[in-house]
Amino acid sequence: MKHTVSVLVANQSGVLARIASLFSRRGFNIESLSVGQTEKKDVSRITLVVDGDEKHLEQLTKQLNKQVIVYKVSNISNDPTVSRSMAFIKVKADYETRSEIIQIVDVFRGEIVDVANDSVMVEVTGDEGKINAMEELLEPYGIVELVRTGKIAMTRGKK
Amino acid sequence: MGNKMTGAEIFVKALEEEGVDTLFGYPGGALIPIYDEIFDADFKHILPHHEQGGIHAADGYARSTGKVGVTIATSGPGATNLVTGLATAYMDSVPLVAFTGQVPSHMLGTDAFQEADITGISMPITKYNYLVKDVNDLGSIIKEAFHIARTGRPGPVLIDIPKDVMVSKSDFDYSKPVDLRGYKPNYDGHPLQIKGAADRINQAEKPVIYAGGGVIISGAAQYLRELAEKAKIPVTTTLTGLGAFDEKSDLSLGMPGMHGSTEANLALSHADLIIAIGCRFDDRVTGKLEKFAQEADIIHIDIDPAEVGKRVAIDIPIVGDVKRILKKLNLRVEKKEANGWGNQIKEWKNVDNNNVKAVGVNGALSPRPVIEALSELTDGQAILATEVGQHQMWAAQFYQFSRPGQFLSSGGLGTMGYGLPAAIGAQVGNPDEPVFLLSGDGSIQMNIQELATIKKNKLPVKMIILNNKYLGMVRQWQDLFKDKRYAATCMSRQVDCPPKCKGPNDKCPEMVPDFIKLAESYGIKGEVLTEESEIIPALKRAIAEDGPYLIDCIIEREENVFPMVPPGGSLYEMILEEESE
Repeated sequence: MKHTVSVLVANQSGVLARIASLFSRRGFNIESLSVGQTEKKDVSRITLVVDGDEKHLEQLTKQLNKQVIVYKVSNISNDPTVSRSMAFIKVKADYETRSEIIQIVDVFRGEIVDVANDSVMVEVTGDEGKINAMEELLEPYGIVELVRTGKIAMTRGKK
Repeated sequence: MGNKMTGAEIFVKALEEEGVDTLFGYPGGALIPIYDEIFDADFKHILPHHEQGGIHAADGYARSTGKVGVTIATSGPGATNLVTGLATAYMDSVPLVAFTGQVPSHMLGTDAFQEADITGISMPITKYNYLVKDVNDLGSIIKEAFHIARTGRPGPVLIDIPKDVMVSKSDFDYSKPVDLRGYKPNYDGHPLQIKGAADRINQAEKPVIYAGGGVIISGAAQYLRELAEKAKIPVTTTLTGLGAFDEKSDLSLGMPGMHGSTEANLALSHADLIIAIGCRFDDRVTGKLEKFAQEADIIHIDIDPAEVGKRVAIDIPIVGDVKRILKKLNLRVEKKEANGWGNQIKEWKNVDNNNVKAVGVNGALSPRPVIEALSELTDGQAILATEVGQHQMWAAQFYQFSRPGQFLSSGGLGTMGYGLPAAIGAQVGNPDEPVFLLSGDGSIQMNIQELATIKKNKLPVKMIILNNKYLGMVRQWQDLFKDKRYAATCMSRQVDCPPKCKGPNDKCPEMVPDFIKLAESYGIKGEVLTEESEIIPALKRAIAEDGPYLIDCIIEREENVFPMVPPGGSLYEMILEEESE
């Protein structure tokens, strides 16, 4: 089962190395990871998507909490959250297919961010399902390159 | 603010503020500014003969005194030589602060001479580590490091100091209390959990206490005894927990696990309640996990939440300091009289299932009477350091431990080469206590250079080598599971020996080195021991000697450690003795 874990950490050098090293030596698999500064300059938020059962997740949470640079660990999988990731997809496009591609991108509220002779670059933002669906629809035209960010998430309301 | 100080001056001043009385250190290029200050410092400096010796000595000092051990090594190879010592201390939760010199900040990352990324290397084997980038942070970092090392679940902390930081200047203020947002150990156990545990203990018919090193670290031995005696609960102590409970007590079961006593393993297997205190269900203790304590509910008291439920599902977890929790728990636990379970335990105890013979084959010396005599002569009170292997297990089995902090042994990591330097650290920290090293002929050679440290510092460490000319524990596994194919475990083997030697015979070459001559070259007295009748006189000579002394006990070559739970086996499937051929 996939879990989304939000981790508040000190914003200092070596923090990501510590977390990555912890995950590899304890045998936890990270599906995606994103990290960035929060509203406080000295605090960063790491959003992790990990695959594993409850026991696995409990041990992961405890090991993260043991780190001196970790301030707070929350499993937000079951909380009401808004989550997004983003992707750039470079798709083959010629005179004939370009308009079809633009239509698909429009439906997904994506954007064409670059146009070349034989390809277009598409930007899409959304949850995982949306990006997967977009990728699937563009596949037949020939995907040249694809890059995806990790997921970022925030719980709704007061918390 | 007052006068500015250099980083090197801050280093010395901070150590003095921490009350450090001994520094185990080895100088080097990147440490020259700091050593120039150490030259005038008030604390004692002990120079080992290898950085690994230095950090193990700091570890032995810490385990035997309960204080933080402090060591310093230079950049590059000096730092990497600390790695085994850090990992050893990390596994056994020993409070250490290790300092390393580093190349100047502007050369970091350039593969400079004697540069090694020691913070990167040591990340998974330290509780925390620092690379000091600004001399203004040095004082507070040192203060934090000592705080982190000694509080919560203790462990080693490393501070890497670039050479330019040592000569830069800063104000020094050590008064600001440590406040780490991400580090707040929980000391008081949850009251409801404690109440629940007490109720469960009061109902239990067949309870067993399984006590680990956490009892010693927390200083809770007295409360462990109180709990055991009040509710008449038998106690088994793990390798790192030896000394937490007096083995002369009727309630003592000795050590559990792979080479544990039959009574400890049977008690754990038949118990209806296990009270696990300051321990972590190590695989060497539990044997096959699926078959571990199947009939028991488990109460687990430990300060590290990550250990609770890590390997075994826990019925009543209590996270916090063992001493504080036991104090509260004992108030709720009802006094009980001995019952049927007690009688059953007594029955198991009365059978001496330990089939390590008192006399070896062909009348050769057996290890057992040597350790039993040592235990008698020292009244179970000596500080005893060991290396790793058969002799370590025999020490655990046959020495009757009675007090916390007396047994120094690498439990989790199993570090050969730990014992000799650890004995040095223990003797430095406890100058008036008798300190013994029990070693094997393999292990002692891993840090044999420290004989010089013993001699030069006039440390009266008594060293006993149980010499079977084998890496005995591995040879034992080869004997039991690999049809006596003694691959690379014979320590007397030379190049012209038969290629597939199947064991000792009368053509075996002499052991190299001659330990007595070697000791002599360091100015240390010693003797060879071969006869059982000479054990007590030899030990008495060692004890009577003012300085260090080495006894080379030539023991039966192929003696095995029993009982033994075969790897992957469950605790109640012990091998008790050798199959006769």
